[in-house]
Amino acid sequence: MVDGKTQWKGWLYLAPALIMLAIFTFWPIINTLYMAFSNGYTSLGSAGGETYSLGIENFIKVIQYKGFVTCLKNTCLLCIITVPVSTILALLISVALNSIKVLNRALQTIYFLPYVTNSIAIGMVFAMMFNIVGLTPNGDSAITWGIINNIIQLFGGKGINWINAGSNYWANMMVMIIYIVWNALPFKILILLGGLQSINKQYYDAAKIDGASRSRILWRITVPLLSPMIAYVVITGFIGGFKEYTSIVGVFGNTMGPAGNPRVLNTIVGFIYDSLSNNNYGRASAAALILFVIIFIVTMLNMYVSKKKVHY
Amino acid sequence: MDKEENKMTEKVDSENIAPENDSVEIVKIEVSQEELDVKKIKRSQKIGKIAATVGVYIFLIFIAIIVLFPFYWMLNSSLKTIEEYKWTKPSFFPNKLDWANYYEAYKAASLGDLFLHTVYVGLISTVLSLIITVLSAFAFARLDFKGKNAVFAVLLATMMIPGELFTITNYSTIYALGWQNTFSAMIIPFLVSVFYIYLLRQNFLQIPNELYLAAKVDGTSDFKYLLKVMVPLALPTLISITILKMMGAWNTYVWPNLVANDDAHKLITNGLRNAFTAADGTSDYPVQMAAVAIVSAPLFIVFLFLRKYIMKGVSRSGIKG
Repeated sequence: MVDGKTQWKGWLYLAPALIMLAIFTFWPIINTLYMAFSNGYTSLGSAGGETYSLGIENFIKVIQYKGFVTCLKNTCLLCIITVPVSTILALLISVALNSIKVLNRALQTIYFLPYVTNSIAIGMVFAMMFNIVGLTPNGDSAITWGIINNIIQLFGGKGINWINAGSNYWANMMVMIIYIVWNALPFKILILLGGLQSINKQYYDAAKIDGASRSRILWRITVPLLSPMIAYVVITGFIGGFKEYTSIVGVFGNTMGPAGNPRVLNTIVGFIYDSLSNNNYGRASAAALILFVIIFIVTMLNMYVSKKKVHY
Repeated sequence: MDKEENKMTEKVDSENIAPENDSVEIVKIEVSQEELDVKKIKRSQKIGKIAATVGVYIFLIFIAIIVLFPFYWMLNSSLKTIEEYKWTKPSFFPNKLDWANYYEAYKAASLGDLFLHTVYVGLISTVLSLIITVLSAFAFARLDFKGKNAVFAVLLATMMIPGELFTITNYSTIYALGWQNTFSAMIIPFLVSVFYIYLLRQNFLQIPNELYLAAKVDGTSDFKYLLKVMVPLALPTLISITILKMMGAWNTYVWPNLVANDDAHKLITNGLRNAFTAADGTSDYPVQMAAVAIVSAPLFIVFLFLRKYIMKGVSRSGIKG
């Protein structure tokens, strides 16, 4: 059946995709590698016909650069905190949701809403909820504390300067963690709920006959049978977490930090874009490669762990 | 107390063998006791179950409130006057509905233009992307040619690389082509999604090959078969791709910010963030929230109507693009 004509036809159907991929995917891979390993590569220098020696100078500069360490620290912290928190929360919510009938669909729709939002737009809403208007320099009184502080004060707590000028790093991080977890829940609930619905009911009937307790059923039956889905949301969570950027822009704006303290919350992706807008392509490429290696290692690690723990 | 005594006598009686007529009596008591116990266990189980269900509902509704609260607070704040917004004790429903905020927001960020730009970019890139995806998926699913599997494997491998790695070179490519501040710069680099090709190929593979062979016998051309048979059969997947692509245009921020950030090409997210950047805590939050509400509304409406497709598409597509 295969003749010269179909040979030619297959490539014809693929041609549009392959041409696009060649320009915007394959060439960038080669070029980024070249730029990352060309010592001191800049776009201006390259346009001026400068030639570069090959080496790992860009990587050394990136790692030695103090701003990059901050970015790396922020990215890792956000990942390590938000991925487990959102996964456990999503697991509890989906198990609870799976056990009820009334309101099930309505709640499922509500939980999915954060997904169909613009992360910049809702970031601005979170900024407003944590924002304080007219805070005095000593931090004791303000015109408007913002709804989150109002709630804290209702329970007898003290208002906290979350995101305004002079705010503490951990307060900023707390806001970002809350926002990212809120934003990450819908996808995880969707996947885990889908997994739960495909678990055979016979396991639960058997456990009931044996008189197993609820928590025992959760940890001994539900979690092991759900482990492929849990592994999936953890891996995608880490991949997304290491690329965190727009949610921070949403809350803090392009300065990536509270007023008077820009860039304290910058991430690796933010670092890449900063280097790019400074025309420092070599450094941006080196940072992008470092990001790729980090994501690759973390994904492999996750796969290795899940291979040992995941029950298929 | 009575029960305790009963138990005691039972124990004593069962230990010491009692006279005949007595033992009949005891058996009777035991039976009723057992029935009672079963009832008691059943009742406590029922109470436990109800308590657990109530607990589950309280937990779920509490989470639902947390999920919904930012939306509620956004709408609430967007309808307040700036004076009311600054009240020390916030009002949970605006005293006086200030709809003018919406008009002001629309004007301040020129949201009308931003909408048009975003819809334009979204539509064109969706249509072109669908054409390319359908053609490639068909080639991978139905046509035979040398090197097909190798090409497919290479494409899948590129999915592992984070997009930021491409961005740097694509940025300079766009400048080399002289495409800065054009719509092409926002559309063309993202036309091919390996993931969508993969998704559609899987869908095409499920369509029985007999259909294809029958069409061949009838003398139908490949292209006509693709258009008349495969595309209609794979429509749900195509709809999912369309929605995800439109959502992508609505949410994209980083790339347009780099390549096309002038007023004539700005997309909705960029316009929104940059129109209200006063980060000193003094910005006019009611107007800002009105703008956010306007920007969020279309996605919500689409979601309400196409809930099934969106959730299905998202559950297969992984992380937010």
